[in-house]
Amino acid sequence: MTTQATAEATLPLEAALAAYDPALGLEVHVELNTATKMFCGCPTEFGAEPNTQVCPVCLGLPGALPVVNVKAVESAIRIGLVLNCQIARWCRFARKNYFYPDMPKNFQTSQYDEPIAFDGFLDVELDDGAVYRVQIERAHMEEDTGKSLHVGGSTGRIHGATHSLVDYNRAGIPLIEIVTKPMLGTGERAPEIARAYVATLRDLLKALDVSDVRMEQGSMRCDVNLSLTPKGADRLGTRTETKNVNSLRSVERAVRYEIGRQAAVLSSGGSVVQETRHWHEDTGVTTSGRVKSDADDYRYFPEPDLVPVAPTAELVEALRGTLPEPPVARRRRLQTSWGFSDLEMRDVVNAGLVELVEETVRAGASPAAARKWWSGEIARRANAAGQDVPTYAASLGVAPAHVVELEALVKRGRLNDSMARQVWDAVLAAEGTPTAVADARGLELVEDTGALASAVDAVIAANPEVAAKVRDGKVAAAGALIGQVMRELRGQADAAAARALILERLGQS
Amino acid sequence: MTTDLTRSTAAALADLLTQGSISAREVAQAHLDRTAEVDTAVHSYLHVDTEGALSTADDVDRRRAAGESLHALAGVPIAVKDVIATRGLPTTCGSRILRGWVPPYDATLVTRLRTAGMPILGKTNMDEFAMGSSTEHSAYGPSHNPWDLDRIPGGSGGGSSSAVASFQAPLAIGTDTGGSIRQPAAVTGTVGTKPTYGGVSRYGLVALASSLDQAGPCTRTVLDAALLHEVIGGHDPMDSTSIDAPVPPLVEAARRADVSGLRIGIVRELTGEGFQAGVRTRFEQAVQHLVDAGAEVVEVSCPSFTYALAAYYLILPSEASSNLAKFDAMRYGLRVAPSGISDPSAEQVMAATRDAGFGDEVKRRIILGTYALSSGYYDAYYGSAQKVRRLIADDFTRAFEAADVLVSPTAPTTAFRFGDKLDDPMAMYLNDIATIPANLAGIPGISVPSGLADEDGLPAGFQILAPAMHDDRLYAVGAALEARLTAAWGGAMLDRAPALAGTGAAVGPTRTKEA
Ligand SMILES: [Zn+2]
Repeated sequence: MTTQATAEATLPLEAALAAYDPALGLEVHVELNTATKMFCGCPTEFGAEPNTQVCPVCLGLPGALPVVNVKAVESAIRIGLVLNCQIARWCRFARKNYFYPDMPKNFQTSQYDEPIAFDGFLDVELDDGAVYRVQIERAHMEEDTGKSLHVGGSTGRIHGATHSLVDYNRAGIPLIEIVTKPMLGTGERAPEIARAYVATLRDLLKALDVSDVRMEQGSMRCDVNLSLTPKGADRLGTRTETKNVNSLRSVERAVRYEIGRQAAVLSSGGSVVQETRHWHEDTGVTTSGRVKSDADDYRYFPEPDLVPVAPTAELVEALRGTLPEPPVARRRRLQTSWGFSDLEMRDVVNAGLVELVEETVRAGASPAAARKWWSGEIARRANAAGQDVPTYAASLGVAPAHVVELEALVKRGRLNDSMARQVWDAVLAAEGTPTAVADARGLELVEDTGALASAVDAVIAANPEVAAKVRDGKVAAAGALIGQVMRELRGQADAAAARALILERLGQS
Repeated sequence: MTTDLTRSTAAALADLLTQGSISAREVAQAHLDRTAEVDTAVHSYLHVDTEGALSTADDVDRRRAAGESLHALAGVPIAVKDVIATRGLPTTCGSRILRGWVPPYDATLVTRLRTAGMPILGKTNMDEFAMGSSTEHSAYGPSHNPWDLDRIPGGSGGGSSSAVASFQAPLAIGTDTGGSIRQPAAVTGTVGTKPTYGGVSRYGLVALASSLDQAGPCTRTVLDAALLHEVIGGHDPMDSTSIDAPVPPLVEAARRADVSGLRIGIVRELTGEGFQAGVRTRFEQAVQHLVDAGAEVVEVSCPSFTYALAAYYLILPSEASSNLAKFDAMRYGLRVAPSGISDPSAEQVMAATRDAGFGDEVKRRIILGTYALSSGYYDAYYGSAQKVRRLIADDFTRAFEAADVLVSPTAPTTAFRFGDKLDDPMAMYLNDIATIPANLAGIPGISVPSGLADEDGLPAGFQILAPAMHDDRLYAVGAALEARLTAAWGGAMLDRAPALAGTGAAVGPTRTKEA
């Protein structure tokens, strides 16, 4: 069968869901942030020169043997616990046999029917506050493959390439694969639930500090399984597996697209092909990949080079003690303590600012200031740069201390709001700390009442008609005078003070 | 009286070296000279490392002269089976697919040999990827039995056994997956130990069947085997299956050679039909010697052994099919361009390379293993084989309640002629009937010479098995038997092997020498 480059027919979501119930499943691969690889001592740092973080073990050289990274097992157990899973008392690794050039041994050391964690759930809060419980089937340990780079073609894909290069730095990085049970009864909320699940999982893993969970760097990767069942039928339909859907927005879009596409196929009398599909971020469609069949036989068998993993009850309990607060509970606690409205809190959460705001408040800022400065101009710029705010801020060298300092300048009365915005822009432009910027630009509110008074008097004298209107009780007209006073003082005055003085001079106070 | 250093045991060489009456260079050179003299006929080696061996020897001599305290075996040279990774030395596993591969790292046991100051003479021949009982499956031609050059030296480690038997090396390393150390020892009149699974690190041993493979010593005496075993044995954090416990005192056991009151269990299933008459006679005499030395004989039954061969030939190919998947022409070893394809894909190059690089026996077992692991067949084949494996382990557990060690002939026959079983895989597989159960259960075993079979005058082997982690019992019983037999023969059995010096031209099938 040929790859279809053009978009297929889709039904609008509403029409699709009128006739079919979606069954959604998500498989998320998470790269652990252990210092060393799953089965050898090689470093795991991202972005090193190709093939510099390799050894006989992760290159699969003849004779080399794996040794399990204990830290990775502990991370896996903690992930299992935080997902409310059972932790296996005894489990083994298994070999998943298939040939691929970027897989050094031509089998992946994974887990098959004995995952380290199984039968859990994760409560996911949706935008309107509703909570959906996602059932977790399993979380298992495995190793990542190398990375192929196809050179010479126009698309970067293997098709049309003249040659391929393989980087084995990634080979052997510990991965945890988290698989949900089919989510049924989600109806029209399927796309939203998918997104919320991945977002919640991301936040949770971040809080566990087991992974960088950078979807854009591939440290968190998502496959979307979807099938449709005609309303009233009791057997699940044929499912597709859409690979590498690697942003929250894409997860939502891919689910939406596959529902529409499969509904169009089914409603025109066709049948859904069991296959893997590719997600296209740019066009927002999936295209047919490899057809899956019963011939896909990985010939799993227990890995004879490794001994079973048998975590003691004491270890599991000790690890349970290291778990962070569940995200939903934590969010509620922070919202109360910060005094944010539901809307404000949701904006902070959706922008991925919870940790940053928390850190900023801890550093001494008010919650309102923390929210205000991290979600304003910097959020706009981060978005334009395609990054999240924390990453972007870190790249600029902008830290919570800067917000604390800026707020202090405002509170002390040195800066007014518009001056503070000006200073913040300069901080983002790497001109220095807020104080340094204010100093360099000579920004300082005029507190000298003498200077303010003489400016007010001059402006009243120069605008007798406006002054007369104010004297007659048209207080609103004072705005023009205030503006002129502020101009006179090059903005470095407290507008409220100027207003008060003008009204006083004109007998309106 | 002239002293031919190559006729000395490792223990004797170690003493002479320690006393300073000979130099390590003299010892290494004597063995290299012997190889130059006889290996055209025997073909024990795939690669001889003259320079490396002499350089290690010189280093040992220099350090000894400087008064450094050295390992007891420092300066005693050794040959290493070509399935063990040696940094800077070719490691082909007897396969075309690894022609020219030079590992960038040492196996753990090689590191231990180097640390002990033991010069590595070279890499020994073997059946391709250790699949075989004769070395006839080596891509580089077979090795020959020093007792009769028309006969097989056993396999897969026929290179190591023939090197030791032909006095080209006092010591060698072998690997034993189903008998590849013990059966070659039996048919060449030498000693070979398969240690307890996990007793010697597998790191750097190119895997045939990971759950069965174990490296061990190939020597001419039981004491030498114990000495070498203590060098290479012990925990290795690089091998997850390595046992984290001290190795029992093996050399001490070999020196004491005490079997008084020891219960010797004769395994009923490993002594009956299918065993050559002369092999059986030597076995029975050996048992009598042990009784004379104070041991007690009991008969035990291990009924599940009937299924051992079947289970073995499911587990081994299954693991091998996966272990050998890495040979894909991508990163090392042979790369063959498929003929008639102008712009081949990676998959086509891989297929062409594996077709050209693997021999028939390897392909046969990869296909068997792939089939046995396939979905729908897994439970019936691999699953059932694992159950049999447990039953065999249970049989051993029960047998070791009645006996301290178990004994049997090592191989059913003496060395067969080249070609005799090459076209009959089942007959070849049956050669390992007595050795396979130990690998399936992970227990240790040794083969020591029991004498020459009356009908053909060729060596027969006596196998001793002990419970896991009781490798010391192998050496106690082996040394006791060896002492009695040597006394009865009036000298070492190998002294009766035909002289090879000046044999000159190659005998047997044609072969290619790989450098
Ligand atoms: Zn590595």
